[in-house]
Amino acid sequence: MTFIDTHLLSLILFLPALAAVIMLFLPREENALLRWFAFGASLIPFLLSLVLWFRFNPGQPGFQFEENYPWYPAIGSTLHLGVDGLSLTMVLLTTLLTPLSILASFSITDRVKTYMILFLLLETGMLGVFMALDLLIFFVFWEVGLVPMYFLINQWGSANRNYASMKFMIYTMGGSLGLLLAVQLLGVLFGTYDLLALYQRWTSLDPASTLLGMSAFTVKRIAFWAFVIAFAIKVPVWPFHTWLPDAHTEAPTAGSMILAGVLLKLGAYGFLRLVLPLYPLEAKIFAGALAFLATAAIVFGAFGSFAQTDFKRLVAYSSVNHMGFVMLGVAAAAFAVGTNDTDARIALNGAILQMFNHGLSAAGMFFLVGVIYERTHTRNLDDFGGLFPLVPVYGGILIFTSMASLGLPGLNGFISEFLVVRGAFGVGVNSAPAMAIYTSVAMLGLLFTGAYILKGIRKVLHGPLNERWAHGEHKLTEINMREIVVMAPLMVLILWIGLYPAWILQVINKVVIMPF
Amino acid sequence: MTTETLIWLIPLPPVLAFFLIVLLTNKSKALSHTVAVGAAFLSWLGSMIVFFRALGVEHLGEHPFESSINWLPTGDTWFKIGILIDPLGAVTLFFVSITIFMIFLYSIGYHNYGQPEGDHDHKGLPPHGATVTDEHGHKHVVPSVEPMYSRFFAFLSLFAFGMYLLVVSDNLLTLFVGWEIMGLCSYLLIGFWYAKPSARDAAVKAFMTTRVGDVFMLLGIAYLYSVTGTLTFREIFNENTLHLLTETQSGVLGLSVAGLIGLLLFIGTIGKSAQFPLHVWLPDAMEGPTPVSAMIHAATMVSAGVYAVLRMFPLTSLDLTTMSVIAFIGAFTALFAATIAVAQNDIKRVLAYSTISQLGYMIAALGIGAYVAAAFHLITHAFFKALLFLGSGSVIHGMEHGVLHTGNHSVDPQNMFNMGGLRKKMPITFWTFLIGGFALSGFPLITAGFWSKDEILADAWGHHHYAVFITLALAAFLTAFYTMRQITLTFLGEPRTEEAKHAQETPWTMIVPLLVLSFFAVTSGWVGIPEHFPVLGGLIPNWFHEFVGSTLAEHPEAVEFNPIPLLTSFVVALTGLFFGWLAYRNVKSVSDDKLQIPLLKNKYYFDEIYDFLFVRPAYWFAEKIVYNLTDKRLIDGFLHIFGPATDRIGAVLRNYIDLPIINQFFGDGSANLTHWFGGKLRFIQTGRIQQYLMLALVMFVVIGAALYFFLLA
Repeated sequence: MTFIDTHLLSLILFLPALAAVIMLFLPREENALLRWFAFGASLIPFLLSLVLWFRFNPGQPGFQFEENYPWYPAIGSTLHLGVDGLSLTMVLLTTLLTPLSILASFSITDRVKTYMILFLLLETGMLGVFMALDLLIFFVFWEVGLVPMYFLINQWGSANRNYASMKFMIYTMGGSLGLLLAVQLLGVLFGTYDLLALYQRWTSLDPASTLLGMSAFTVKRIAFWAFVIAFAIKVPVWPFHTWLPDAHTEAPTAGSMILAGVLLKLGAYGFLRLVLPLYPLEAKIFAGALAFLATAAIVFGAFGSFAQTDFKRLVAYSSVNHMGFVMLGVAAAAFAVGTNDTDARIALNGAILQMFNHGLSAAGMFFLVGVIYERTHTRNLDDFGGLFPLVPVYGGILIFTSMASLGLPGLNGFISEFLVVRGAFGVGVNSAPAMAIYTSVAMLGLLFTGAYILKGIRKVLHGPLNERWAHGEHKLTEINMREIVVMAPLMVLILWIGLYPAWILQVINKVVIMPF
Repeated sequence: MTTETLIWLIPLPPVLAFFLIVLLTNKSKALSHTVAVGAAFLSWLGSMIVFFRALGVEHLGEHPFESSINWLPTGDTWFKIGILIDPLGAVTLFFVSITIFMIFLYSIGYHNYGQPEGDHDHKGLPPHGATVTDEHGHKHVVPSVEPMYSRFFAFLSLFAFGMYLLVVSDNLLTLFVGWEIMGLCSYLLIGFWYAKPSARDAAVKAFMTTRVGDVFMLLGIAYLYSVTGTLTFREIFNENTLHLLTETQSGVLGLSVAGLIGLLLFIGTIGKSAQFPLHVWLPDAMEGPTPVSAMIHAATMVSAGVYAVLRMFPLTSLDLTTMSVIAFIGAFTALFAATIAVAQNDIKRVLAYSTISQLGYMIAALGIGAYVAAAFHLITHAFFKALLFLGSGSVIHGMEHGVLHTGNHSVDPQNMFNMGGLRKKMPITFWTFLIGGFALSGFPLITAGFWSKDEILADAWGHHHYAVFITLALAAFLTAFYTMRQITLTFLGEPRTEEAKHAQETPWTMIVPLLVLSFFAVTSGWVGIPEHFPVLGGLIPNWFHEFVGSTLAEHPEAVEFNPIPLLTSFVVALTGLFFGWLAYRNVKSVSDDKLQIPLLKNKYYFDEIYDFLFVRPAYWFAEKIVYNLTDKRLIDGFLHIFGPATDRIGAVLRNYIDLPIINQFFGDGSANLTHWFGGKLRFIQTGRIQQYLMLALVMFVVIGAALYFFLLA
């Protein structure tokens, strides 16, 4: 077991890629073999991350399970991996959602081999971002994740996939340009890309000193914005969000699950891992703007969702709304740096938990939309109606998951949204009144979250039955066992976190105490 | 078992029943209702034990049952949740558990358990009846069992869980959790017959309207938590914290922090307890099956709103402005809803508006500081309103029997003008309904409603809130009037339709709850007879005032006896009842009714006004502004500039730089030049040796001269 102990992170990280390589040699025609192999291969990282979860010691400050390998000595970059409470939750989310998404893709029949290989590569890309403790490695994995997703949307997507995949790819890459420059700037200045070293040296720079012919103050500002824009596009923060409804809607079901479940978290993770610790002063100065944009995302995301007639697009817009709460928590924490620790911690607890929660509920919602789309080949809300008697089990699961998304107390979304609202409002009351106003305005978004969720249920399940789906060749069939198996873990976690969130919040809580 | 453990356990049976029914027993109707009713019974039993143990504790107000556990880590500390039963909690538990248990029992009969499956029944629609053939070969249409029978009990159980959770909570957050779970259940149950568009829309309306209040309440909770660092009632209500909250200014509307938080929390109650201006959802909530109406209107949801204000009373009572707002909203709602109730023809809608109006009483009482009176009315109202709803359900059930008998489905079994004379057909329903109706009207001395309503009026008079007093007295008159109108139209006189002639008394599972609730609709008032009441005062000690009053740190003084409010109570109740009977005893059809005023019938057009002011603008804003204009036109429009712009730049580079300069000038140009040059040089490539030598010589001279010139000179 010692090998596993010392190489746990790299095993989790590279096993999917290794499995992808092995899959190259599997026969192209054996769909069942390919599916089960991919599913099994993605289960191993999940089991290993459970090991990781239980061996992780929340009380110990700093990063754990660190591994460090030489990678690019000439420029001082190493393959440095490590996890803390923040990345651990994200790793768990990723390794949980990947097997579920692969299981959800069992209905794919077109080029299964390529599809599954792309999925496994995608997993490695995402995990790398969460584990990297080296800026360059972070950036490499950041970009690695893009490519498989581009092809998944572009090759297996629905009607408007070319436009959507192009928009997704170009937009994200546009954002990462600045990120790459900023990463290199830091590397050149300090001769290392190691995050732990940079945390120390970059923040302790004297603003009056000169770097590269400019004042350190200006350099920091530029680098700050480069980071912020890259992550803001990924989250996405309003008004950078319009790639999201297109990409999510056109992607295949499992692609949407991963997009909403994990890829959006990369942006928020960037804010938490890099922007807040590296630029506390700048973040504090611009926290107001960030809070404004977060509030805009919450409110306009909810309205945008409410306006949709396409079920999947409605769910896609809901991500804008929910990720807005993550950003509101981040903004509150940025505001409170150094002034009121309790409020900042509560807000950050909420933001990180909201990332995890949204991963569960959004993946579940996209999957459920996919289930009904596969059977009816339509996503238009007006084509459904009164389906509840035909598919009672599906209906029950849909209502349950919708309620999680709505933030119903007793389910997971409420806990994180409450913590964010409480933290942000606390910052507002105690130090920055503007935050109180933003939080109050965000309540309007919360109200309309209810409106769009109920609109979805109302149009799909309730009302007079659309006879088209009741008989004959279009007869709607009930959700099958495989699909229930996909939903079950999500639902259990949704309920569990809603009733007793302490098990996960304890891990998160320890990490938010430490940076402040 | 310690009382604390027992209190922790009280909410559990219904939620377990919910999961059991959903996951396992939903195929079996008998198992499902056994599980649900059994769970309701267990919770009832636990509540009774807790209630009687609470009675035995001296100074329960100061030393309530409480216990808590760590729930949420927040930085260095924990957010704790726990249970609390103080006098207020104990009496609430008492009425909640009884009414819930009765409603569960009633639902079995209401949903026609034991009847055959319907001929054309669909899930999501009310049952239409089944045809059976008796031994003589005659075909009869009889009521059919509800197609989603098990589901109904599952939802009802979850509903009960929400209410129990709310009552035993020792903090605002879990109270809010129970509050919202009830919101969900009301949505699911109002929209129980979801295939009916009206039920579906009513469900959405109920959820959204109450959610308006809920988001304000959530903000209030966040605010309170931010300022005090706790949400546990007993920690908030200590003197220092309350003092701090009163002293600090919120900077909004000139309110103190306590006032603003109180107001925000109160807005939650406005939504949940259907007070003006968020009252619009409650009448539509009648779309749900009748036990649900009883559940929402009496036992759980709307009571929860009042309960929340009672809970937060030590905080809200700190700010006079907030209290005035509460008093105003309550009193206004009490009168406003009563005027609408007068013109309604649907038996359940009358009761719906009367609920809104009676809740207004409680809210108004709280606004003038009459804490005990409000709690008292909350309890008596729960009993008689549950009774009235279940009674109306019994009437509807009986009428549906008549409708099935005649087969004329165009007759609305809920319209009172189709009824009349039902006292003979349904005697037990009649007498119990009469008791409930008289309690609602405040029929003097006997009924519970009289004592609680009288106490509110006495408080208003005694504390010189004359405007509130007059408003509530007027509302009380109207209450007695519309109640008697309802009783007269439904039960008295002769049947107005064939269907009413064939109405039938309901089965025992429905009758027993009616009897039990009638008992409490009368007796629950006797525990709170004021000490100085003429003749009766002092016969039974005013236990209620002592007990519930001790919840507050400062025991509220009972008002001094004054004959004016007492006489007012007498007069308004009796004259209201009399005029109600007088005006409707001979009414044959709707056209004889003088009160069918369009403004009242259409509820002052609030639905239309809200639709115009909020609903349609919301759609318009979402679709036109946010989605089409901002996202599609502005943001995407801007992004779409980049594609063509890149194309354009590429084209410019190609057409004006690549093609002419690089390709033609440098690329092709250099080739052409070489070609041209080669062409010219061809002429010297003659192949003649003499010419080559000649050229070599010339070159030698030229180069030599150049070398000499540049290097040596």
